[in-house]
Amino acid sequence: MAYINGIGIVSPQLTVESKGFPTEVMEYTADYLKCIEPAYRNYIDPIQSRRMSRLIKMGIAAAKISMADAGCTMPDAIITGTGLGSVEDTEKILSDITKDEKFLNPTPFIQSTYNTISSQVAIQLKCHNYNSTYVHRTFSFESGLIDSLMQMEEHTASQILVGAIDEMTMNHLQITRRIGQWKMEPVNNLRLLENMTPGALAGEGAAFFVLGKEKNGSAYANLKDVKTCINIKGSFNPNKEISTFLGNNGLDARDIDLLILGNNGDCENDPIYAQFADHYFPGKALAWYKHLCGEYHTATGFGLYAAACILKNRVYPEILHLNKVQPKKFENILIYNHFRNTNHAFLLVQGF
Amino acid sequence: MDELINKLKKEVIEQLNLEEISPDDIDPDSSLFGEGLGLDSIDALELIVLLEKNYGIKIEDPKDGKKIFHSIRTMAEYITEHKK
Amino acid sequence: MPKRIFITGYGIISCIGSNIPENLNSLMRSAPGTGPLLHVDTILRDEVLVGEVPKTHQELFELAGVAPVEGYSRNALLGIIAATEASAHGRLGENTGLKTGLISATTVGGMDRCELFYKDFLENDSRNIYIDSYDCADSTEKIAARLGIHDFVTTISTACSSAANAIMLGARLIRNGRLDRALVGGCESLTKFHLNGFNALKILDKEPCKPFDQHRAGINLGEGAAYLVIESEESMLKTRNTPLCELAGWGNACEAYHQTASSPDGEGAFMAMKAALEMSGLKPADIDYINAHGTGTDNNDLSEGRAIERLFGDRIPKVSSTKPFTGHTTSAAGSTEAILSVFCLLYQVIWPNLNFTERISELGFTPVEKLLTGIPVNAVMSNSFGFGGNDTSLIFRKVNASNANNVNNADNADNANNAGNAGNAENIEN
Repeated sequence: MAYINGIGIVSPQLTVESKGFPTEVMEYTADYLKCIEPAYRNYIDPIQSRRMSRLIKMGIAAAKISMADAGCTMPDAIITGTGLGSVEDTEKILSDITKDEKFLNPTPFIQSTYNTISSQVAIQLKCHNYNSTYVHRTFSFESGLIDSLMQMEEHTASQILVGAIDEMTMNHLQITRRIGQWKMEPVNNLRLLENMTPGALAGEGAAFFVLGKEKNGSAYANLKDVKTCINIKGSFNPNKEISTFLGNNGLDARDIDLLILGNNGDCENDPIYAQFADHYFPGKALAWYKHLCGEYHTATGFGLYAAACILKNRVYPEILHLNKVQPKKFENILIYNHFRNTNHAFLLVQGF
Repeated sequence: MDELINKLKKEVIEQLNLEEISPDDIDPDSSLFGEGLGLDSIDALELIVLLEKNYGIKIEDPKDGKKIFHSIRTMAEYITEHKK
Repeated sequence: MPKRIFITGYGIISCIGSNIPENLNSLMRSAPGTGPLLHVDTILRDEVLVGEVPKTHQELFELAGVAPVEGYSRNALLGIIAATEASAHGRLGENTGLKTGLISATTVGGMDRCELFYKDFLENDSRNIYIDSYDCADSTEKIAARLGIHDFVTTISTACSSAANAIMLGARLIRNGRLDRALVGGCESLTKFHLNGFNALKILDKEPCKPFDQHRAGINLGEGAAYLVIESEESMLKTRNTPLCELAGWGNACEAYHQTASSPDGEGAFMAMKAALEMSGLKPADIDYINAHGTGTDNNDLSEGRAIERLFGDRIPKVSSTKPFTGHTTSAAGSTEAILSVFCLLYQVIWPNLNFTERISELGFTPVEKLLTGIPVNAVMSNSFGFGGNDTSLIFRKVNASNANNVNNADNADNANNAGNAGNAENIEN
């Protein structure tokens, strides 16, 4: 377990400006939900940012916001998760080498390496401590959280900066539309569930958390446990996984007050969430969040932010409601996410 | 020479994405690296690409960059000498 | 007391061999595998020397035992080949009640196919089956599916230290009780993408690379995959596996200095090596050999050399870089060199630092120049450092009567030799 002591979120919502979960909701009709970027000069020296592409700046800004929020100046570890890293830089190189391989600048290559953000944050903080990056689709951020929780148990760290970063570009959207990942035309994010069609609404974001062994004065919640389950030829048994996961934490399904689901508007993916909720958590309050940030490999970062705000403020914002049930208490929130029924993940978050 | 110096200033700012700096901020004789503009080894590589792309000048050994890229003026002199 | 972690299986494919015995044989003959680039279409072809696995895509399918279908990157095939060898050797297909994980490392991922088909991706549907291989998880999931590993699966990318961090994470997951055993390592195939990237950084050598030499001129990039089976003592009681050696220590630190350059005094390298040493409980004098990161660049070798001098003082162990043999296999380097280090413990040898002629003037030591045989090697340190200053150091220790309690204490080298058959093992999920 680890306390969530600070949070920094760059997202398509007004998450940088808001204290707590934003009350004003941004509505878009778009191919994908794009982040509202902060004024980077507030977070990064312009000379230092000269070689940073958009995702890197988003990541560093979110990291710095979370550290300021937690009052943390030097973490004992920096860990990031990203499904795709800097897509913009990778595309720049692909487009250059597909043409003539001439006049190539080193910068896009340096930035296309996935560990750029964790190491850039380390450079900014002069932090020599443990540093790592996970790059496994929707397990990327979750793996970083598991690493963090283990470090708390190993007593090798008492404060960890852990982040979830991914970006979308129009090019990448077009490419991955070919394999049915996304909706084929612009949709309204607040009406995402009205017309269920194939494909999700894509998005992006940078979410950083300062996790602590001890809770600070403004702590949000307690990240109790995280579990990832890969489904290989039917190896994923939700019944067994969920009861073991909750059981290991001294709980059963009845103890869960709110289930936060990863619904993304894809008529092929979303029924898995409905079945899961109906089967194992009947009658429970259900929430969702991907209409606010879109779907991307590390979107659970936004989900964890929502859970942490709910538990801290003991307020359940209406924009997150997926059904009409109200949580009876604000004690145990389970976040469940899956990608193509292959990568399943659970996060257990507790109030205090 | 002055014309080339002014052109180079603009190109360097664009190539290195020095958003906050205007051509007037750069003294043609002051050092680009270290104490001066604070550029580093990656910027030097980007400047090598700039010379190749805009002036057709190829620098084989990046170590030569140190002298050539000392200041905007040394760059301009090198270009004048080597331009085909 | 924290659980001890043992290595009980390994598998490798590199430019010096497609399996464990072939790699060992090349090393014993001091025969490097670098040469001209054949399988990547690039204008850099005449300007680079590389450690390329001398197999076509078709030949890799055959070695991997995978029916040649669309959708497999070279990276995934290299990964499957080495992972299958390691899995068979460490008998991951048996004792399925044990919690088993896969932690794989890659950075270039399936870029080898994506760069070929990128135009199609943008323009038409003809290569859609390769779109998924764009990300780093693709090769990992293909390995997991092939070997039926599902208790924990993830992918690490910290550039050139990725596979060392995968080994470290696997060990921590076992210590923590989340796993009993794990298949850990990395894979990377040569691509136009990163050949151009390293070329833009002007750190590629056209000649055979010369790590730790005064006249070193850069890297020979390489490709390959290497995986190790690691497990706890409790797991070994069930698997009855014989340990090849113990993973005695690990350390991860960050330079926090520059995006690509190492600091002049090698602070990150120093901290990573020091942490690994402290964890292992060994003294500097107990380290018999350092398999250095030693890329052959001006910057790395001086920085790493200084860090070694800082940590070991005037008692510097034997040092060599094996990158002149294999090329720099980037994300697979950590596990490739872990296996080369394990060989040293098993066969009591130290690999030479090929192509060395003149000591770096700023350093007081020279690397091992000729193959050393029949000398006591009880502990080896292996360094892997990456862009962004992501530095990791691992320590491997020989298992012998004095430090083995519950471990199945058969002859380690016998187990190692059995690996010769592992390369032909059938797909264990059948």
